Amino acid sequence: MEMNIKEIQEDIAAEFAMFEDWMQRYEYMIDLGKSLPLIAEEYKTDDNIIKGCQSKVWVHADLEEDKLVFTADSDAIITKGIIAILIRAFSNQKPQDIIDANTDFIDEIGLKEHLSATRANGLVSMIKQIKLYAVAYQTQLS
Amino acid sequence: MFDVSKIREDFPILKREVNGKPLVYLDNAATSQTPQQVIDVIVEYYSNYNANIHRGVHALSQEATDKYEEARQKIQKHYNAKHAHEIIYTSGTTHSINIVANGFSSFIKKGDEVLVSAMEHHSNIVPWQMLCERTGAVLKVIPMNQEGELLMDVYDTLLSEKTKLVFCNHISNALGTINPIEEIISKAHNVGAAVLIDGAQAAPHLVADVQALDVDFYTVSAHKICGPTGVGMLYGKEEWLNKLPPYQGGGEMIAEVTFEKTTYAGLPHKFEAGTPNISGGIAFGAALDYMNAIGFDEIAVYEHELLEYATEELLKIDGLKIYGTAQEKTSVISFNIKGVHPYDIGTILDKLGIAVRTGHHCAQPIMDFYKIPGTVRASFSFYNTKEEVDVLVAGVKRATAMLV
Repeated sequence: MEMNIKEIQEDIAAEFAMFEDWMQRYEYMIDLGKSLPLIAEEYKTDDNIIKGCQSKVWVHADLEEDKLVFTADSDAIITKGIIAILIRAFSNQKPQDIIDANTDFIDEIGLKEHLSATRANGLVSMIKQIKLYAVAYQTQLS
Repeated sequence: MFDVSKIREDFPILKREVNGKPLVYLDNAATSQTPQQVIDVIVEYYSNYNANIHRGVHALSQEATDKYEEARQKIQKHYNAKHAHEIIYTSGTTHSINIVANGFSSFIKKGDEVLVSAMEHHSNIVPWQMLCERTGAVLKVIPMNQEGELLMDVYDTLLSEKTKLVFCNHISNALGTINPIEEIISKAHNVGAAVLIDGAQAAPHLVADVQALDVDFYTVSAHKICGPTGVGMLYGKEEWLNKLPPYQGGGEMIAEVTFEKTTYAGLPHKFEAGTPNISGGIAFGAALDYMNAIGFDEIAVYEHELLEYATEELLKIDGLKIYGTAQEKTSVISFNIKGVHPYDIGTILDKLGIAVRTGHHCAQPIMDFYKIPGTVRASFSFYNTKEEVDVLVAGVKRATAMLV
């Protein structure tokens, strides 16, 4: 049985709850970043760059049957870790489910600081871009 | 006697913790911290004599006006301007530059040339690009070398009778380079061009004498020099300020208004439309008092020591490269670690309570020059210590170990 977005988010939150301090959290994120399945070079175009990030972030979406599959990359490793978490939560899901999903788990896993506007690391922009893809493909499906 | 531990007592913010660690504030080139003496002046203003200036006949308005104008005189004295009315209060350097760039639209025509240095902050590029778009003038760039020093021989070749304006920062915010502005100014004057020097980064490190420099315009933001945000100044030679048209219309800047015609007030009010940042202006004066009481010579000696120590210690880290190694530079170190994105280092340093700036520092052309996405920038003030340099170095090592 495949997990839905909410279940995956609960899983991620449970994993992060095991860490005792920020060091472990960040080390985990850095590991996630290093293992992020890379976007195909052909999609690392300026059109796919998410604006508003201090580091470069590319996100690409493909529709496979009725589900959206995301691939991404960044030139900063912590940013890659963050996007790896987002992809785990949202990739391989139906566009409508992605549109409806909330993102409270970001707060729960101690990444709230990355949501602040001054951070400019683009977590907000990344979520927005993922949702925009979902809206675009949902329109195509319906 | 310069006593850093005594000086640190003046800054309440330096006692706070960030992420459970004592704050190590090394983002002074972005904004300096505010000493209690300056905070007190702001509190005193709102507690005692808050009133609109230059208008009321009542006692509070008189008092506020006096203090505000006294502060203007302090600024005049500090920068050795000939007249107090050559000091225009602005909201900061960006506002100051825009007054001049906007005003010059009337003097510049198609085919004229304006020169900008390769190491400018965006605030000293964009207003001039807008000026060129409006007028058809051409923007030319004075290039720099790998060390981050302007190529003055190329500057010579760029100057001609077509050159109408030259603008350059006194000190680069991203690299710390102290530019040879005396030479830049005198050579520009030889071809009849006016010069604007952006003094935002120079303000906390040295005192510019605008008359000795013979500079046409000089700009400063108070928040870089222990004053509050949202206030700064434009110095302009009297003859230039008289020629420049006003930037904004409104109250305060008028002599007479009828629906047929308005005549403008004289200097400095012509450029000071609306109710200004009164407490900010007064606190700007107090900040200069504070800095002068410590002494800019003492500050320079101490900051140079910090710079040398930090440079030496940081360079001991494997793979660390410093951008901006000019002979003449202030206590700013821009660096990267091989294979690591500056944003990642900044994020880990923040977790350790260390505040640095990461990114392009609003100077993207410099980053393009070095072909890097940005740098980590540690900028030191006279209230920083060698112990804080040690914390930074340990932090960078720890971050590198996590990230590589």
